[in-house]
Amino acid sequence: MAEILDRARAQVLKNGVGLDEAGILEVLQLPDEDLPELLQLAHEVRMTWCGPEVEVEGIVSLKTGGCPEDCHFCSQSGLFTSPVRSVWLDIPSLVEAARQTAATGATEFCIVAAVRGPDKRLMDQMREGVKAIKAAVDIQVAASLGMLTQEQVDELVEMGVHRYNHNLETCESFFPNVVTTHSWEERWGTLKMVRDSGMEVCCGGILGLGETIEQRAEFAAQLAELDPHEVPMNFLNPRPGTPLGDQPVVEGKDALRAIAAFRLAMPKTILRYAGGREITLGDLGTRDGLLGGINAVIVGNYLTTLGRPATEDLAMLEDLKMPVKALSATL
Amino acid sequence: MMDVTQPAADSEAQYCDRCGESAAGGAHAACAAARELEPPRFCPRCRRRMKVQVVPTGWTATCVEHGTRTS
Repeated sequence: MAEILDRARAQVLKNGVGLDEAGILEVLQLPDEDLPELLQLAHEVRMTWCGPEVEVEGIVSLKTGGCPEDCHFCSQSGLFTSPVRSVWLDIPSLVEAARQTAATGATEFCIVAAVRGPDKRLMDQMREGVKAIKAAVDIQVAASLGMLTQEQVDELVEMGVHRYNHNLETCESFFPNVVTTHSWEERWGTLKMVRDSGMEVCCGGILGLGETIEQRAEFAAQLAELDPHEVPMNFLNPRPGTPLGDQPVVEGKDALRAIAAFRLAMPKTILRYAGGREITLGDLGTRDGLLGGINAVIVGNYLTTLGRPATEDLAMLEDLKMPVKALSATL
Repeated sequence: MMDVTQPAADSEAQYCDRCGESAAGGAHAACAAARELEPPRFCPRCRRRMKVQVVPTGWTATCVEHGTRTS
């Protein structure tokens, strides 16, 4: 057995203490022949510290496209030649999307907007939308609206938004290669305000942006320092018209190594499959990830791209004997 | 504006609804494969960029001239 796996078994599995950056890097550098053992250990860590339940979530875009920021992976930036046009979702359609999500057994519904940060129109839309969802659908409401002011953080708490997503996307040292219109520190500042407000912090990123393995380890360590309630793991799905439109897709084994490494860095967090898993891992790889550290999934479609039908993911969870986390368990 | 609720028939599709290029000229096998996990972006009749809304269980794509298509 690789020495790092012995160390992880003693430190992470038995004591619940995540690996540091150097340890994460060692995991990411393990050869392919050690991958089955690594995934097994990550799965044991997840089962020990999180349990067998899987948290299911649906997401929807309230405001699509026309974003003034230049996140190089994103088809919703108004600065690129992406074909995605600006569009707003009306409140009845938002409530219907929440209803469809709840019908899958999901306990989380995240409302997302492609903005630098919310303006009054968006906050008003959120207030109306969250109120309408809470009146009609039994589901927890989360939000992802970019960078916030303290006043906006307080407003979201008052609306009853229980979790806020704001991804750091990549490690601090690589961030300027991905985004130039705002800084990593600005994102960190929003996350600190969200944490202090009592809302749950959801913060992850995208693998395959061109970062090195060392920077992948740096990113996992920085997320562990933040200690978010949830970490969504995306794998780049290169979008036409974006600066990263020709970037190669992450190789499946590298994606699985990263999933296990992130689990060994953060043994107690919710580690969620997000965008890109369909093209990076396919059906078999998706299953391997659920047996290698993942304990949450986004079901159905994403913001601008499509996912597997929710029924397929739910059937896989049933086959794996992983129960969907009940709403009462999240309240 | 026409009220179109179904995709254009193949015979009416002059443009690839993913890349917006001529459907007749060039290969669109990669576009077709990508469309398994993407909604359409270009109107297949006039190649205008459509307003597309993705929701958890489907999508709608609206061309200002040729109406709305749904998943």
